[in-house]
Amino acid sequence: MKEDFEPKIVAFLCNWCAYAGADMAGTSRLKYPANVVPIKVMCSGRVDPEFILNAFEKGADGVFIGGCHPGDCHYVNGNLRTRRRVKMMKKLLEQMGVNPKRLRLEWISATEGAKFARVIKEFVEEIKELGPSPWRERR
Amino acid sequence: MEGKKMKNVKKKIAMYWGAGCGGCDVSLLGIHEKLLDLLDEIEIVFWPCAMDIKYEDLEKMEDKSIDIAFYNGAIRTEENEEIAKLLRKKAKLMVAYGSCAIEGCVIGLANLYNKKEIFEAVYLKNETTKEKILPSRDLPEFLPYLKTLDQVVKVDAFIPGCPPPKPVLEEALDALLQGKTKFGKEVALCEECPRKDTKPEKIEISKFYRWHEKEDNGECFLAQGIICMGPATRAGCKGECISANIPCTGCMGALPRVRDQGAAMLSAIASLLDVEDEKEDEVIDSIKDIIGTFYKYSTAKLLPRGGMKDES
Repeated sequence: MKEDFEPKIVAFLCNWCAYAGADMAGTSRLKYPANVVPIKVMCSGRVDPEFILNAFEKGADGVFIGGCHPGDCHYVNGNLRTRRRVKMMKKLLEQMGVNPKRLRLEWISATEGAKFARVIKEFVEEIKELGPSPWRERR
Repeated sequence: MEGKKMKNVKKKIAMYWGAGCGGCDVSLLGIHEKLLDLLDEIEIVFWPCAMDIKYEDLEKMEDKSIDIAFYNGAIRTEENEEIAKLLRKKAKLMVAYGSCAIEGCVIGLANLYNKKEIFEAVYLKNETTKEKILPSRDLPEFLPYLKTLDQVVKVDAFIPGCPPPKPVLEEALDALLQGKTKFGKEVALCEECPRKDTKPEKIEISKFYRWHEKEDNGECFLAQGIICMGPATRAGCKGECISANIPCTGCMGALPRVRDQGAAMLSAIASLLDVEDEKEDEVIDSIKDIIGTFYKYSTAKLLPRGGMKDES
């Protein structure tokens, strides 16, 4: 059953690094699964915890957040706030009975197209293993 | 409109107690002398807690004959749901009264578990329960998960608070009797906090303390590292709890333009952290109960609804 399951993944990508990294993956003709719906945000720090919950509520099986490497944030420390938020959100998800692996944060610089393709592939595999989000049956 | 023509027509009021602690019913008496003035303007037609009336009597009333129906408590049983729908039919204005009706409140935390788990915890595994009997006969069915009033019927107005504090209630009643359904403050509690002046320009938290772990120095709780829901909570109560040296736990709910109070506060707390990278995990882990801290009153608005299980 899990073989046919194609997860839906929402990816919040920051304008300055991760989105450019995704672009780089595209221009380098690197293949990665088409399960990802990218949403460009100015900074990973713009990703309010509410966005994450909202994505899950609307049927995402996984939420991916891509930001600049620590120290490289265009807005100095937006990505560090995201890191803390994601840690807290993982605890929240766990308490709600959702596997915290469904939320993933990665640092991807504008040149790391290969890394983007690799982590997305990994993440899709991981979510396939986990199966559909328990939220789906609650909707 | 009718009120103007016939000056002495009193507004018909109903009050119902759903799944809740009963504090909301009492809070209506908490407006003290104002209640006497109020009684000149209103006629209570249905209030099971305070008057002798049966559901059949409510059924016999004409549709839309009640001017304002206050519903306090959440919807946990079939009975609660039935009366909510019946009141909606009979009332012109349906008002969610108190945190339970609006967002599920503390009892909404039970939505993290399913019915079986709840019954086991309450009736079977509870240390103080000697006879292990599950209630079964002649009782309204226990719903799979707790619902808020607006998940069941259309709600026209909300009176927040657990229970609604006096100033909030007075303003709300005045507004409702004039037919207004929008009232209340649109700022965060910090704006009217009695400790407002002690709030530093920039709050930085390097360690979290629980209430009992630190001697209160009388300053802004967040600045002391004690989680206070003030920044994400709607003002109106004038900081009653803080006046009693207890940090805000957020019963007034989210600000009008915020959908998720817990997420807003969680986000704020993450921004206020000022710790070295290596210590970050430890500090975040010291918040033991994320849902109980940030969603104490609004778990029913989250999605577990009877517990979620993520396989593997």
